Amino acid sequence: MPPETDARHTAAGRQLKYCHAIREALDLCLAADPSVYVMGLGVTDPKGVFDSTSGLLERHGADRVLDMPASENGIAGMAIGSAVAGMRPVIVHQRMDFAILCFDQLVNQAAKWHYMFGGKARVPLVMRMIVGRGWGQGSQHAQSLQSWLAHVPGLKVIMPATPHDAKGMIIAAIEDDNPVVSIEHRWLFNIDGPVPEGHYTTEIGKARVIRPGKDVTIAAVSHMTIEAVRAAEFLAEEGIDVEVLDLRTLRPLDREALVESVSRTGRIVVADTGWKTFGASAEIVATVTERAFPALRAPPQRIALADISSPSTPALAEFFFPGVGEIVAACRSVMGLPILSARKWPGSGLPHDVPDNAFRGPF
Amino acid sequence: MIMERSQAGRPRHTKEAPAGGVELAALYAGLYRIRRAEEVIADLYPEQQMRCPVHLCIGQEAPPVGVCSQLEPCDYAFSTHRSHGHYLAKGGSLVALLGELYGRAVGCSGGKGGSMHLIDLDCNFLGAVPILGTSVALAVGAGFAISRRRERRVSVAFFGDAAAEEGVFYEAANFAVLHRLPVVLVCENNGLSTLSPLAVRQPPGRSLCDLVRGIGMEARAGDGNDVLEVVRLASDAIAHAREGAGPVFLEFAVHRWREHCGPGWDHDKGLRDPAELPSFKERDPLVVMRGFLEQAGGWDESAMSRIRADIDAEVAAAVTTVQASPYPDRGQLMADEYAP
Repeated sequence: MPPETDARHTAAGRQLKYCHAIREALDLCLAADPSVYVMGLGVTDPKGVFDSTSGLLERHGADRVLDMPASENGIAGMAIGSAVAGMRPVIVHQRMDFAILCFDQLVNQAAKWHYMFGGKARVPLVMRMIVGRGWGQGSQHAQSLQSWLAHVPGLKVIMPATPHDAKGMIIAAIEDDNPVVSIEHRWLFNIDGPVPEGHYTTEIGKARVIRPGKDVTIAAVSHMTIEAVRAAEFLAEEGIDVEVLDLRTLRPLDREALVESVSRTGRIVVADTGWKTFGASAEIVATVTERAFPALRAPPQRIALADISSPSTPALAEFFFPGVGEIVAACRSVMGLPILSARKWPGSGLPHDVPDNAFRGPF
Repeated sequence: MIMERSQAGRPRHTKEAPAGGVELAALYAGLYRIRRAEEVIADLYPEQQMRCPVHLCIGQEAPPVGVCSQLEPCDYAFSTHRSHGHYLAKGGSLVALLGELYGRAVGCSGGKGGSMHLIDLDCNFLGAVPILGTSVALAVGAGFAISRRRERRVSVAFFGDAAAEEGVFYEAANFAVLHRLPVVLVCENNGLSTLSPLAVRQPPGRSLCDLVRGIGMEARAGDGNDVLEVVRLASDAIAHAREGAGPVFLEFAVHRWREHCGPGWDHDKGLRDPAELPSFKERDPLVVMRGFLEQAGGWDESAMSRIRADIDAEVAAAVTTVQASPYPDRGQLMADEYAP
């Protein structure tokens, strides 16, 4: 594997959208290795999976960039079979909810292959799963099931939050000899960020302090990292110095980074895109209480989805998805400050059910 | 003498109907070798030293031997829980098979897989997994890899009749037809899923071949007790797939003599009609093959008894080797979660 060439802090200049950072990663890997192929419903259609695969067919040909039958489980099994025969498949699901149909192959086969065959065989498979939010996505288009997959030995589960990490982690995932699930939040796709040109990898299994602070650690994943940074900036104005730890990978979880950060701040707020009950946030809090209990100065707080299926109507969805306001309140709580401060998070100025001004639906 | 890679397990044949004493004898030897290995496993199982489930293929030896006789070493194969025969016929190591059942480090999966997870990459037996239709999807995927690389290999899946009741079977079969993949799907229809008969699983008159033809795949059915019939059908199917003409489905009617899982029988426990067993034994693949050889004047009893004695010795020696070999050390528990 090539060395880490994380140029985020030094590269001034080139900005890419998250979706295009992913596309660039796929493009580079397709060009570099003939065993890589990309397959998924809509991969070759004009919309190109929210612009994350558009143009790849033209550049790399129909042999290597393919649409597929709506056969999630069969295609996953097929991809695994091709991987054990030497290919490096990248399978794409426009919604994670559909990927549930292939969890049989992912959990029973891909995750276990290397271990159950005594280390003799490997499954270099990448499966991208996109998580929806807002605009009425409802119960079957907005599930963020990272805790299901991160529970399973043998899988790697990445949740890049920035364009830089999206490109670096997708390349790392494709070059990895293990099955890697990339959970990508739909609301990240149009966010810009600095992205170095050419090949680089962002190490799987390593968290990153995205904003240093000394009072509270917010451990966040995916889109909640963006919300956590907004919350941190807001809280800075009232003198609360928040550290944002972008976990980036849920399995293998960077427990050392968590413990290190909380050992300094003494307070932890976890911001997850999934549900709270038996969720990723539970594992993260458990890690902190097991390993950094003496450092804790307040009970941990968790920000997660309301513990119910996702409602479609904006009238209810507004209260289903947590955001900056909830993170701010949780940080104040662990600081022992009144949660209902006179100073409220003013909001982004956008309707609550869209990620940005450009978003016009439908998914 | 241990025949670690016994040619008896994978006899060679020409595309024509098998002829010539040596090749026919090799087919017989292939059947006998699997039978012997399975019976020894059954005999030793009550000692409780093989501490994992075993799904014996006694009575079902002809499809593995016949199909694998037509495969090249470079061809890929996948199988299911009842995979000992497929693994051996493809050329898998006997010591590594027994080692896996005994949970020893010398096992083909280092003892981590057990009898349901056999693998031998040296002969391109890429893996066995017990969840029914999966071997089909895996073989189709390996076929996709072959097709992308423009190779002349074929990829074979072995599976049972109940695999065709899982959705993954149809999804994978459809994909194989769509992309015209070099895949041969070998269904061994023993009429049982554990102990559930076809009558409670599929409507009367169901033809798996017709179902598969509906997807657009070539399909043929034959007598899975007759290894020569298996050879004829497999030879055509493998040539078809290898020439790029697309996937083929083969269905072989077979008899599972023993219980679903374990060394015992169903018929003495009232679990199946005891009248079945004598009819199974009349169509014993070894008896059928011997009958053909005798009729064709190709049965040489002294040669055959030498072959049987060699195989008996090979199996006995493999058992001795494995029983004397160490278990994996404790450090292996957490090793190999991820490939480095």
